[in-house]
Amino acid sequence: MKRNLHPYFPLFVLPTLLAFIISFLIPFAMGIYLSFCKFTTVANASWTGLENYRRIFSDSSFTNALWFTVKFTVVSVITVNIFAFLLALALTKGLRGTNVFRTIFFMPNLIGGIVLGYIWNLIINGVLGFFGTDITYKAAYGFWGLVILTNWQLIGYMMVIYIAGLQNIPRDITEAAEIDGASRWQIIWRITIPMVMPSVTICTFLTLTNSFKLFDQNLALTAGAPGKETAMLALDIYNTFYGRPGWQGAGQAKAVIFFIIAAAIAFIQLRLTEGKAAKER
Amino acid sequence: MKEKTNPVGFIFMILLSAVFLFPIAIVFMNSFKTKFSIMGSPFRLPNKETFAGFDNYITGITAAGIGGAFVRSVFITVLSVFALVLLCSMTAWYIMRDTSRLSRIIYKLFLFSMIVPFQMVMYTMTYVASGLHLNNPVGIIAVYLGFGSGLSVFMLGGFVKSIPEELEEAAEIDGCTPLRTFFSIVFPILKPTAVTVAILNAMWIWNDYLLPYLILGNRYKTLPVAIQISMQGAYGSVNWGGFMAMLVLAILPIIIFYLFSQKYIIEGVIAGAVKG
Repeated sequence: MKRNLHPYFPLFVLPTLLAFIISFLIPFAMGIYLSFCKFTTVANASWTGLENYRRIFSDSSFTNALWFTVKFTVVSVITVNIFAFLLALALTKGLRGTNVFRTIFFMPNLIGGIVLGYIWNLIINGVLGFFGTDITYKAAYGFWGLVILTNWQLIGYMMVIYIAGLQNIPRDITEAAEIDGASRWQIIWRITIPMVMPSVTICTFLTLTNSFKLFDQNLALTAGAPGKETAMLALDIYNTFYGRPGWQGAGQAKAVIFFIIAAAIAFIQLRLTEGKAAKER
Repeated sequence: MKEKTNPVGFIFMILLSAVFLFPIAIVFMNSFKTKFSIMGSPFRLPNKETFAGFDNYITGITAAGIGGAFVRSVFITVLSVFALVLLCSMTAWYIMRDTSRLSRIIYKLFLFSMIVPFQMVMYTMTYVASGLHLNNPVGIIAVYLGFGSGLSVFMLGGFVKSIPEELEEAAEIDGCTPLRTFFSIVFPILKPTAVTVAILNAMWIWNDYLLPYLILGNRYKTLPVAIQISMQGAYGSVNWGGFMAMLVLAILPIIIFYLFSQKYIIEGVIAGAVKG
């Protein structure tokens, strides 16, 4: 049966589509265009070609933010996933109170980034206060502060995904391995980890994009201090737009680079997960 | 599965739970201390001199306009989530059932928007929103609808695909208009995914800082904006007591909501993660 839905387009699609055009499509197109312009407000933009892009790569705050973001992302992806996986292993052993523990470990993930940042600001400064210093004293303090915060926020979240993956492993496989005399480590390395690889991929990319785009936590915990040393990419883009008169075009060019990296990560993820799904079929 | 008793593992998990709850507990505890006994000694329990009762909540709510920010956050979150779930369900259903080229292009654009970070559009979005007079607590709902529609249409559309079309055709042969078919047949089936979409969007909008800050600014503060603004550039003169009370007011509703519906929240967040 061929249905003609077209008379219903204005009711079903138009409200969402209009909102989408206003708050995404037009701003996106304008953003691409403005990255090639010099401007202080959108109205006085004049075309300057690749000038903004040339400018940002000689801007030390941008290269520093890029490097800081990469370091931070690598460290948090590794630590979050190791801790989350170990916790998931422990919580799939049928321990008493498993559900309560799961509820508690997941909870920090619900709290907003600004609030998270100030909670850890209070605690880290409280600890560093014993040594007569604070988080803005050294970039390393801010770096590890962000790593601890991100671990606290994301471990429970990733743990829940790993638990779902672990519960999908058929018990007879591990039991058969046990009967054949495999040690506990052999079972983990040879059976458990290969079987949860799909969850590993999901969690790796989730922590990757979360860490890479971090903004609120960064703003509330250190706001980039000392100087701009602990400003990550998103915060640097924000500072360029709103804190440096005459640099709006450069801010938009940074945002385009930021978008391209985020899109590349998403594309690789899509390729990896699709490839795996195809193999399983 | 039978629950095992492994005392070492059990005690370890209890200790670890304490570590996870510690930061939240510290904020709660400090919200009952006087404002000069927080910074510098956040780990000290309140004693006779430093116990402030509910004073911080009273000063926090009256002085910093937190009461208004709280009500505004609830207003914006509830209405935006309602608009997103209702309108995106309708849109997702239409563009999945309609085979025209236009529908397919619109769907692709929704998918594309999911990979674009907010920083890419923040400057121009703020400009467009203020040009169209959307820079108020009602107008921002349209902005949330537009910026949140990508993920919502994607998740709801994925579910629409799994609903057999014969069901809808049967209803239409019996004389239902597409409008009625949608509301009495499709939407009830969509409910589980609609709940997931509602949870994901509610958590995002309630906690969102930068978008409301850029669009509404100082005039109509939401809770996260009020928290950030009361800290900005006022390091020496921050009322730490009132500030702790604000943090508690931002956390408490989510935790209460979570304890009552944690099964849905955990499932919803995972579904969103795996698909998005």
